[in-house]
Amino acid sequence: MRAGSGNRGGRALLVRKLVLGGLGLLLLVTSGASFYRHRHLQEAVVLSPGVAEVKKLSEYFDGIRGTINDCNLYFFEGEEPGATVLVMGGTHPEEPAARLAAWLFAENAVMEHGRLIVVLSSNRSGTTVTRLGGAYPANFTIPTDWGQQTFRMGDRWSNPLDQWPDPEVYIHYPSGQYLAYVDIRNLNRTWPGRPDGTLTERTTYAFMELIRQEDVDIFIDLHEAELQYPVISTIVAHDRGEELATFVSMMLSDEEFNIGMEYSPQNLHGLSHREVGDYSDAISLLFEAPEPFLDATRGKTTREQLLTGVDEFVMKAGEHGLLFERIDEGGWPIDVRVGRHTSTVLQTMESWTILNPDRPLSCRGVPRYAEVIERGLGHWLHDPSKAAPGRVVTE
Amino acid sequence: MAILQTIITVIYYILIAYVAAILIWNLSKTRKWEQEVLYIIVLIPFLLRLFRLK
Repeated sequence: MRAGSGNRGGRALLVRKLVLGGLGLLLLVTSGASFYRHRHLQEAVVLSPGVAEVKKLSEYFDGIRGTINDCNLYFFEGEEPGATVLVMGGTHPEEPAARLAAWLFAENAVMEHGRLIVVLSSNRSGTTVTRLGGAYPANFTIPTDWGQQTFRMGDRWSNPLDQWPDPEVYIHYPSGQYLAYVDIRNLNRTWPGRPDGTLTERTTYAFMELIRQEDVDIFIDLHEAELQYPVISTIVAHDRGEELATFVSMMLSDEEFNIGMEYSPQNLHGLSHREVGDYSDAISLLFEAPEPFLDATRGKTTREQLLTGVDEFVMKAGEHGLLFERIDEGGWPIDVRVGRHTSTVLQTMESWTILNPDRPLSCRGVPRYAEVIERGLGHWLHDPSKAAPGRVVTE
Repeated sequence: MAILQTIITVIYYILIAYVAAILIWNLSKTRKWEQEVLYIIVLIPFLLRLFRLK
């Protein structure tokens, strides 16, 4: 009798373990599948008629070949000669307007004078993960004229799956400046990079090689910022870019929207607006647009908040004077943020041409601020299924 | 730095596999349902990292 009850108890124990183990496995598979889909989501880019060539970053530095950060480079050759401008999106992939603005150039730009190089995923590793423990959405969807297009939501830092561990203190190369440990995976803290460094350092080194080998005249790094951060709605300019940035700021503030201009601090290292200018002949500029999604005081961390920029808690912070940019019930919609960036890039080309008439830059096909707001940025995203053969690449 | 990172990463993955194996062993041996649930919850992030999913 005792043996019988022992068998029944053992069988019940086994069944319970199997049931609990099955539930655990279910949790593992569903969460694992979600993370896998995020990391491997294919984003289609329908090449603009102006794209002459798509290269890989590793063509400029072999040390990045075969890594997740061997990203696409979109080359536009002007109908007439002129200067060369590099527009970079995706430095911080949790700032989607920066990638999307660059996307509008990749799918629509035609250069009339000069050359344009566009990067959509400068830290591609950072597009494959969101903030750990942050419950960020893994992706977001933009409505288009032909349906909708889904993009990866990313993080500020490279994915720990691709670069790990972090040091106790990050010592920036070559300045020796001490920075926050996690910023060793921050693409905008590792400029100018080094050939034998971490993945993120090698990525910035590869971009420096691109800038030097292609004789880039203007380097533009697109970003978004939380409203509680003082560097917002502005152009941060390297010393050699102050005149150009001031000109752009004045023109835009007079004709389209308010945007400031700030000097790149000489003693703050690792940032593109400082190091690209110091270690190449290019003028280095960084553009910031407002993104309430990044604010620490935000409410729900949802796709809707990401795309509308509407947040009552950030508004409340504004009522207490804690913000460096205004916000109201209208929020900061993605179209507004993308439009700010496209207009600022286009205005930079126009202002450069006025200052350097012998080396002009002009571009057509890309919408400015008012057009993006009026028709929605999805109007300028094209249907991959209707693209000509060989004119679609994936990010 | 990069070489050191690679070495540490390899050791880290070996450690993860070792801890995951111990958790599974303990899960199989315990007779308390609360501990079984706890072992399963703790095990999931180890397996996600071991399979390079997160």
